[in-house]
Amino acid sequence: MEALLTAAFLSSLLTGAIVAGIPLLLAGLGEQMSEKAGVLNIGIEGMMLAGAYLGFLTAWTSSSIWLGFLGGIAGGILVAALMALLCVVLRLNQIVIGIALTLGVEGMTALLHHFQFSRTYPRLPAPDRVDLPFLTDIPVLGPSLFGRHPLVYLALISVLVLAFLYRRTNLGLTLRAAGEKPAALDVAGGHVIAIRSAAVLFTGGMAGLGGAYMANIGAGLFIPYMTGGAGFIGIVLAMLARGRPLWVLAGALIFGAALSLTTALQVAGSNIPTDVIQMLPFAAVMLVLVIWGRRARLPAALGVGYERGAR
Amino acid sequence: MTLPAQTASDMSEAVGLHTVTKRFPGVLAVDGVSLTVRTGEVHVLLGENGAGKSTIVGMLAGLQEPDDGHISVAGTGSRLDSPSASLDAGIATVFQHVMLVPTLTVFENLVLGAPWWRRPHRAQIERRIAELSRDFGLKVQLDAMTGDLSLGEQQQIEIARALLRDARVLILDEATSMLTPSGADELGAQMRRLAERGLAVIFITHKLGEAYRFGDRISVLQQGRMVGDIAPDALARMDEDAAIEEMVRLMFGGSDTSASLYRDRPAPTAAPLLSVERLGTEGGAEMMALKDLSFDLRPGEILGIAGIDGNGQKQLAEALSGQRSATAGRVMFDGADVTRLSVGQRRKLGLRYLTDDRLSEGTIGIFPIAENTVLKDIGAAPFWSGGIERPARIGAHAREVIRHYSVRAPSEFTPIGHLSGGNIQKVLLARELTGEARAVIFNKPTYGLDTRNIAASRRRIREIADKGLAVLLISTELDELIELADRIAVMASGRIRGTVVNDAGAGDLRLRLGRLMVDEGKMADTTGDAA
Ligand SMILES: Nc1ncnc2c1ncn2[C@@H]1O[C@H](COP(=O)(O)OP(=O)(O)OP(=O)(O)O)[C@@H](O)[C@H]1O
Ligand SMILES: [Mg+2]
Repeated sequence: MEALLTAAFLSSLLTGAIVAGIPLLLAGLGEQMSEKAGVLNIGIEGMMLAGAYLGFLTAWTSSSIWLGFLGGIAGGILVAALMALLCVVLRLNQIVIGIALTLGVEGMTALLHHFQFSRTYPRLPAPDRVDLPFLTDIPVLGPSLFGRHPLVYLALISVLVLAFLYRRTNLGLTLRAAGEKPAALDVAGGHVIAIRSAAVLFTGGMAGLGGAYMANIGAGLFIPYMTGGAGFIGIVLAMLARGRPLWVLAGALIFGAALSLTTALQVAGSNIPTDVIQMLPFAAVMLVLVIWGRRARLPAALGVGYERGAR
Repeated sequence: MTLPAQTASDMSEAVGLHTVTKRFPGVLAVDGVSLTVRTGEVHVLLGENGAGKSTIVGMLAGLQEPDDGHISVAGTGSRLDSPSASLDAGIATVFQHVMLVPTLTVFENLVLGAPWWRRPHRAQIERRIAELSRDFGLKVQLDAMTGDLSLGEQQQIEIARALLRDARVLILDEATSMLTPSGADELGAQMRRLAERGLAVIFITHKLGEAYRFGDRISVLQQGRMVGDIAPDALARMDEDAAIEEMVRLMFGGSDTSASLYRDRPAPTAAPLLSVERLGTEGGAEMMALKDLSFDLRPGEILGIAGIDGNGQKQLAEALSGQRSATAGRVMFDGADVTRLSVGQRRKLGLRYLTDDRLSEGTIGIFPIAENTVLKDIGAAPFWSGGIERPARIGAHAREVIRHYSVRAPSEFTPIGHLSGGNIQKVLLARELTGEARAVIFNKPTYGLDTRNIAASRRRIREIADKGLAVLLISTELDELIELADRIAVMASGRIRGTVVNDAGAGDLRLRLGRLMVDEGKMADTTGDAA
């Protein structure tokens, strides 16, 4: 058991929490925006996967990780645009469309990847890292916290930016009104369809970026179905965070740590069966839901399409 | 768009409808209506439930577009194709149903609709609100959570929001239905001041006295058509009674609605069916507690509960129906203690409750009328058999309800939320009276209904009592209680202040009830003034 407390274990757990946590953070922040505006975005898993696929493809063909991220964002937005059209503009059922989009993207990316690469999984070159003198040299914390890809810091900054936008500008009000009582926003002169669509597109962009991060930084390659439920964890995070971006961050790190426990325990050479360890993230989700799920407060009009003038 | 010449020349026109028609599936809601609203006037729109008043409001507010005809603003044709277009045209609307977000603060609701990247200007809003409070006596607490406020207070906020926008046209759709009589008078004075400042005010109400006192010009709708108009000079020449008579004549085409139900029955003497003994409930910040309430109700009797709105009437109704738990005392029904019984158990015994909250508590808006008529009997015969729904039975029952209560609806499949308030009320009443009803609690049964529907509802309540059912009638309308009740108990601050036998003849009955309603301290003054 003392193996659990070694520097190698802690360092690898912390690194893992960040590497696995960043996509969850991006997805959670994205989903949070949609849910605030009253759209339950179940298609987020598909948006992540589309981002992972297009992000990898762009990075691989252009040999630029940064272009890859743009490709990932584009991939997520593409799927999100479809969702916005079907669910926000045409008011189809959000849950049905969300599931259909996710399944569709799963099949489509697997197929496209197969056509292009047959059964091979080409790897991207390892991304360049920021090497901050001194900071990176701190034992345990140093390499985990300060040796990460710049995108990690951008994601962290986005937490603060969103928190500011939600609290200090009319954006938070407009979103909450769209999610609680869209008719009230409409008659106040707001634009329900526009704000909801924009929120869904934002979710797509964030989820796509998260997917691209998983492919390009986390794994260095694309494998079909590789997001493996990260988008769904993002939905849970958004629901538990009650509209606060900082809570999404906290949740993302906890789930990230749980997800990376497998690797960390192996690094530490523990003898707990891997099956048990692999179950941990899901046990964590359930535990968190049981403890805090009750406190999640969802917007009153979540999942309900808005039609002007309907009774 | 080409415009009729005379609209452009009518300089005082604020907004105009020109042969406007609006259809909904199965209903012609507005049928070729032309209407000119002038600046500096309070223009009252009258019409029975479902006449199309709110539909006209919806078109002016940009929620709906006319199918035919057009709308002009200040003499020029305008397409009001969205609420923001309507707001930009200077039209501000207070809707029949509150349009505020309950989970936002009052301040946040006031700034809602501004561009999303903008930061709210607190100081500026504070200054404007202070001005409005001074000029119009509006009460607005900026930091209160909107959902915690009473409906009357929320209406004040909506009016404040409309005024903040510097509107040239202010529309108030049944804005006084939630207000106390003095609150309504205050609003009437506010409208007058606004009209004097050059606004055009469109005021919709079912209370004809208000229409006379607050309005300059009165237009009357009947089944979507404009059927009459009382111009300012004509209105000024009439006294209140004459004006009301004229309005009734226009609204109902001369049909007699004031059929007096005056009663000279002997007082019921049977043993009490419902006895309330020293009942008490828990109170809260927004809910008044009930304290030490006792009364008896006999079969065939109508016991009225009078009082100013919000003095515990709703809590009493809920405590009796089983929706609110009692913390003291007991409720006896037919000799048995039912204090601990659930809503369903009490209903089975024959104790029925007709809520005043028709939209959220009484019905499921998206369900068809048919399902709503049996909502409280789910699983029970004859509409279910062995756990299986019998749509044919339910449908037949619903058609019978629609026919018998003359519900204005295209069919029994229409979602009940599409009906107007009065028609929803009829369906609810029908539902409470099916099966073995023995006692019925009515909470504000005629609120929001037009004169004809009010008369019909009152007649039904009378019939129910004549059939031997016990009726508890909670109402804020003294006339209604005096017309129907055998005895009238007055509630104030969660207690019963006194009970008066309705001996019809005594002319000072209203005065006696009124004295019980206001608090003791003020009572002496009232009597002093009256003398
Ligand atoms: N969005 C809608 N969909 C379907 N039918 C509607 C809709 N809005 C109104 N109606 C119907 O149009 C008619 C007119 O309704 P409206 O709400 O304008 O009446 P109203 O005069 O405001 O009545 P009330 O005094 O009860 O508020 C009614 O028969 C109503 O059922
Ligand atoms: Mg109406």
